Amino acid sequence: MTDATLTPAAAANSRNWSHFALRWTLFTLLGLFALFYLMPLFVMITTSLKSLEEIRTGSLIAFPREVTFDAWRTAWSEACTGIQCEGLRPFFWNSVVIAVPAVAISTMLGAANGYVIAQWRFRGANLIFSLMLFGCFIPFQVVLLPMARMLGLMGLAGSIPGLIFVHVIYGIGFTTLFFRNFYVTIPQDLVKAAKVDGAGFFRIFWSIFLPLSLPIIVVTVIWQFTQIWNDFLFGVSFSQAGTQPVTVALNNIVNSTTGVKEYNVDMAAAIIAALPTLLVYAVAGKYFIRGLTAGSVKG
Amino acid sequence: MTEWLERHIPKMVLAPSFAAVLVFVYGFIAWTAWVSLTRSRLLPKYEIEGLIQYERLFNAPRWDTAMSNLFVFGTLFILISMFLGLMLAILLDQKIRTEGVLRTIYLYPMALSLIVTGTAWKWIMNPGLGLEAMVRGWGFDSFTFDWVINPDKAIYAVVIAGVWQASGFVMALFLAGLRGVDGEIIKAAQVDGIPTWRIYTAIIIPSMAPIFLSAFIVLAHLAIKSFDLVIALTGGGPGYATDLPATFMYTMAFSRGDIGQAASSAMVMMGVVFAIIVPYLYSELRAKHD
Repeated sequence: MTDATLTPAAAANSRNWSHFALRWTLFTLLGLFALFYLMPLFVMITTSLKSLEEIRTGSLIAFPREVTFDAWRTAWSEACTGIQCEGLRPFFWNSVVIAVPAVAISTMLGAANGYVIAQWRFRGANLIFSLMLFGCFIPFQVVLLPMARMLGLMGLAGSIPGLIFVHVIYGIGFTTLFFRNFYVTIPQDLVKAAKVDGAGFFRIFWSIFLPLSLPIIVVTVIWQFTQIWNDFLFGVSFSQAGTQPVTVALNNIVNSTTGVKEYNVDMAAAIIAALPTLLVYAVAGKYFIRGLTAGSVKG
Repeated sequence: MTEWLERHIPKMVLAPSFAAVLVFVYGFIAWTAWVSLTRSRLLPKYEIEGLIQYERLFNAPRWDTAMSNLFVFGTLFILISMFLGLMLAILLDQKIRTEGVLRTIYLYPMALSLIVTGTAWKWIMNPGLGLEAMVRGWGFDSFTFDWVINPDKAIYAVVIAGVWQASGFVMALFLAGLRGVDGEIIKAAQVDGIPTWRIYTAIIIPSMAPIFLSAFIVLAHLAIKSFDLVIALTGGGPGYATDLPATFMYTMAFSRGDIGQAASSAMVMMGVVFAIIVPYLYSELRAKHD
C-alpha cells in the first residue's frame, strides 16, 4: 500500500537507491571473486620473496618484511630434483627444446590436413576427420603402455626426441580440427578459380590459404604451446633423469622428502615453471581464449 | 602421370597423419584392450585369458576408492564450476566497465599447469603455515583446515583447486553464450515488465542449453583425465585416499609393474569417457545433418 502513496519523485528516488545498492553489491561480488582468483598468485609471489624464517613466523598473506631473491636463485640453479641439484634451469630448457619443434611440426601438419579436409574433399575424408577428431578425446592412459614399448623399439625411450614425437602425434587431432574449421569458412570457388588459372595443390595453399591463416596459426601455436609446456603425464611417463620437462622437475622439487622444506623455493620454482604460459596469456589472451572455446565448443 | 599425381596429392598429404592416428590411437587402444584380457604382470603376455584382470580390478579396494573419488570429485567439480561460471558470467554481463580486466583475472588460472596449481594450493592449505595458521593467528585458536592431510577430506581439497582452475573457463563459455542470446526477445520481455531474474531463469538460461552441455562435456573430460592436480596436491594420499583412476593406472603401470591392472583400468577409464562423449558427438553430427 505504501507504494501507491509515493509521489512520482520519491518513487524515482527509491528506484535510484535500489539501483545504486544493486550496482554496489554487484561490484563487491565481482571484486571478491577477483580476490579469490588472484590470492594464490599473490601468495606464491610474496612467499617466494620471503626468507624461511619469515615464512615460519609470519602470516600467509602478509607482505614480505624483507624482500630476498635467494629462493629464486636456488629454484633456478641449485634446488634438488632427486639426486641432481642444478635447479630448474636444465629442465626449463628441456621444455623449450621439446615444445618448440613439437609445436612447429604439429601446427604445420594440422594446416596441411585441415586444408585437404576442408577444401579438397574426397570420398572418406569426413570419416578420416571424425576418426582423427576422436583421437583428441581418448584418455591418454589408454596409450601409455604401448607407447612406452614403441618408444623403446624405436630407440627413443626416455629421450627428448621421443617426447617431441609423442606430443606431435597426439597434437595432430586438435591442430587439424583448428585449421579445418577455419578453412571450411573459405568459399570453395576460390580453389576452383585458382585451378582454372592453372595453379596446383601446393601453389594454392602457399599463395592463397597461407596468407589468410595468420589468426588461426596464432590460435593453434598458443594452444599447442600451452598444452605441451603444461604437460605432465607424458613428461613423467616417457622421460628419465636429465630429460624431464619443467613440470616434472617442479613436482620433484616440491615433493622431495629430503632436507628442510623450503616453501619459498617451491613457490619460486612454481612461478618460473608458469612464467612462459602466463606470458603468452598476458600478451595474446584473446587468441588463447579462442583456442579454448574452439577446442571445446566445436569439438 | 602428373595428372594422376595432381589428383592424388591431397590424399598423400593426409595419409601420414591418418596412418599415425590409426596406429598410435586405434592400434594402441586395441593393444591395451588385448593386454587387459591376459595374465600380464611385469611383462606383457599375449594369451587371452578372459576377464580375470577386470575381476581383480573390481575386487581391489584401491580401485574402489579411485572410482568413488572420481564420482565425488567429478560431481562436485562439475556442479561448482558450472554454478560459479554461470554466476560470474551473469554478473559480468551487466555492462561493467572493467569487464576486460575482470575477465582476464578470472581466466588466467586456465593458462597454468595443474602442477603449478597443485603446488600453490598445497602451500595455501598447509595446516601448519597456511590458511589454518593464518586464521589461528587472528585469534580463532580452534580453527582447523587440514583437508590436504585428512584422508576423509583430502578429495575436497582437490575439488577446491580444480574449481579455482576451471571455473573461469566455464565463465568464458557462458559469457559467449549470453552475448549470443537474441536481444530482441529480452527487450520485448523488459517492455512487458517481466522482472530481470525471471528473464534469466525463463528465457536466457534455457536458451543456453547447448552451452551447458559443452561445459559439462569439457569438465567431465577434465575430471576423468585429472592426474597432475592430484599428484602435485596430495600425491594420491594420504595413503591412497585421493587416488583417481588416472593415478591408479599410472601407479600400476610404472611403479607396481602390473601391466594387466594398468591396461584394464585404462580401458575402464576409456569406457567412462566414451559413455559421455559418444552420445554428445552423435547428437552433434546428427544435428548437422538435419
